[in-house]
Amino acid sequence: MTTLLALDRVSTFYGPVQALREVSLTVEQGEIVTLIGANGAGKSTLMMTIFGTPAAKSGRITYQGRDITRLAPFEIARLGLAQSPEGRRVFPRMSVEENLLMGAQVVKYADYEKQLALVFELFPRIEERFNQRAGTLSGGEQQMLAIARALMSKPKLLMLDEPSLGLAPLVIKQIFGAIRQLNRETGLTVLLVEQNANQALRLAHRGYVLVNGVITLQGSGAELLAKPEIRAAYLEGGH
Amino acid sequence: MAYALQQLINGLTLGMIYGLIAVGYTMVYGIIGMINFAHGDVFMIGAFVGIIVLTALTGITSVPLGLLAAFLLAAVFCGVYGFAIERVAYRPLRGSFRLAPLISAIGMSILLENYVQVSQGALERAIPNLIPGGFTLMDENGFVVQLSWMQISIVVVTLIVLAVFTYIVTKTPLGRAMRAVEQDAKMAALLGIDTNRTITLTFIIGSCLAAFAGVMFLLYYGVIDFYIGFNAGIKAFTAAVLGGIGSLPGAVLGGLLIGLIEAFWSGYATVAYKDVAVYSILAIVLMFMPSGLLGRHEVEKV
Ligand SMILES: Nc1ncnc2c1ncn2[C@@H]1O[C@H](COP(=O)(O)OP(=O)(O)O)[C@@H](O)[C@H]1O
Ligand SMILES: [Mg+2]
Repeated sequence: MTTLLALDRVSTFYGPVQALREVSLTVEQGEIVTLIGANGAGKSTLMMTIFGTPAAKSGRITYQGRDITRLAPFEIARLGLAQSPEGRRVFPRMSVEENLLMGAQVVKYADYEKQLALVFELFPRIEERFNQRAGTLSGGEQQMLAIARALMSKPKLLMLDEPSLGLAPLVIKQIFGAIRQLNRETGLTVLLVEQNANQALRLAHRGYVLVNGVITLQGSGAELLAKPEIRAAYLEGGH
Repeated sequence: MAYALQQLINGLTLGMIYGLIAVGYTMVYGIIGMINFAHGDVFMIGAFVGIIVLTALTGITSVPLGLLAAFLLAAVFCGVYGFAIERVAYRPLRGSFRLAPLISAIGMSILLENYVQVSQGALERAIPNLIPGGFTLMDENGFVVQLSWMQISIVVVTLIVLAVFTYIVTKTPLGRAMRAVEQDAKMAALLGIDTNRTITLTFIIGSCLAAFAGVMFLLYYGVIDFYIGFNAGIKAFTAAVLGGIGSLPGAVLGGLLIGLIEAFWSGYATVAYKDVAVYSILAIVLMFMPSGLLGRHEVEKV
């Protein structure tokens, strides 16, 4: 296996406040890696730091062996990383189609057609809502659109920040099913942030636990699921 | 009746010019949330480039060719000015406190006015009417309603410019990028949009529209000076607010309304108070519709 993404002792600050403390993490080609942690642990900050906004204050981020720590967000996006960010952030006053076109900004038209077919297959809802304004979609539909938009760039690394947040169990099942299907059938590498630790760890090959900006545990999905401290902190009483 | 029709024609012609300028204000506001106070002066520079080109070409080329050259060169010059203004006065202040770019904008406006005053002189400059003639629509007891070729040309050119502009904004990747940056700049960057480049292009396009407006103003009134940008700028800015700042159709609608209010007020009340009428109506509209006529008030799920 080759390493697609590596973070080496990355620290990020918001003004004087440190949100990430020397975080090291790797994502291998073809893997699903999940990052779990409580609210405010720094998961979204980590996702955004990979994209350079906010940029890491110290440490190194490499993608396909190339140092991307100091690149602008739009340059990073053009290297084959795509993110469905926290809060979905679909463009509310654009149609579903235009949101998907925005996702395909960095690819050729032939790829657009191909990715569109893939997205329609994964989320038939997206096809039904193709001409509707994104701001008028339901929460679940917006989440599907955010993931679909990320997929339109034909990414090598798909990054998803809490795709299950606020969604009905059935929709969550559909979204996790789509992630698994993409990984199995196309070998897509996925970095998945979740509070929903149980399902995330079942889906992922490996996982990291983030507590107050520090990685405290790591291991395979099954290993982490079996750990008593994980069960106590993230699973018991949960799903 | 005839008199009202004449005011309607005059008001719509003037309103078209205001609308073109207003689009530039509203675009820049939409994308970076600031009022570009130097925009009226870019319009003024467009008028000056127009008069320089037309004066130089008089007798050398035919009138249509001269006009084409005037429009194109004004657009090129104003595009360069728009680009430079954004680079020099606004970009370095992005992320600074909110008032900083506003102060910088006012400084830029004063700078451009003085620069034109020094380089072109403080006196009014005039050109003859290049599109003379027209036809009589109506003759009511000796009151003749005129529709001039000039007015028709201004309306037609504005409609063409607005059509091309609308196509760019709604149908092309550049227009989509502009709207994306306007709606969520950070997300646009995460998708590979170079937001700085998009903002630069927005300034250039807005400045080209102001250039077209400037040349048409010159053709319509025949007289310009270094100060025309101030008045027209304030009127167009008012038009953008009246229509709903950030809304492109709103800017055009606002421009037309202000042109009409001015024309009718001057025609039926007194010319001296036409600005009072414009601002009173703005105040009244904003009291009942705080986001302007076509401003945003749609429901969005989060
Ligand atoms: N834009 C911001 N400015 C200042 N502090 C922030 C900002 N975003 C997040 N934080 C802080 O950084 C910490 C990590 O937040 P976040 O990355 O959103 O956590 P998570 O995604 O794990 O819930 C929190 O303490 C949060 O308050
Ligand atoms: Mg988060």
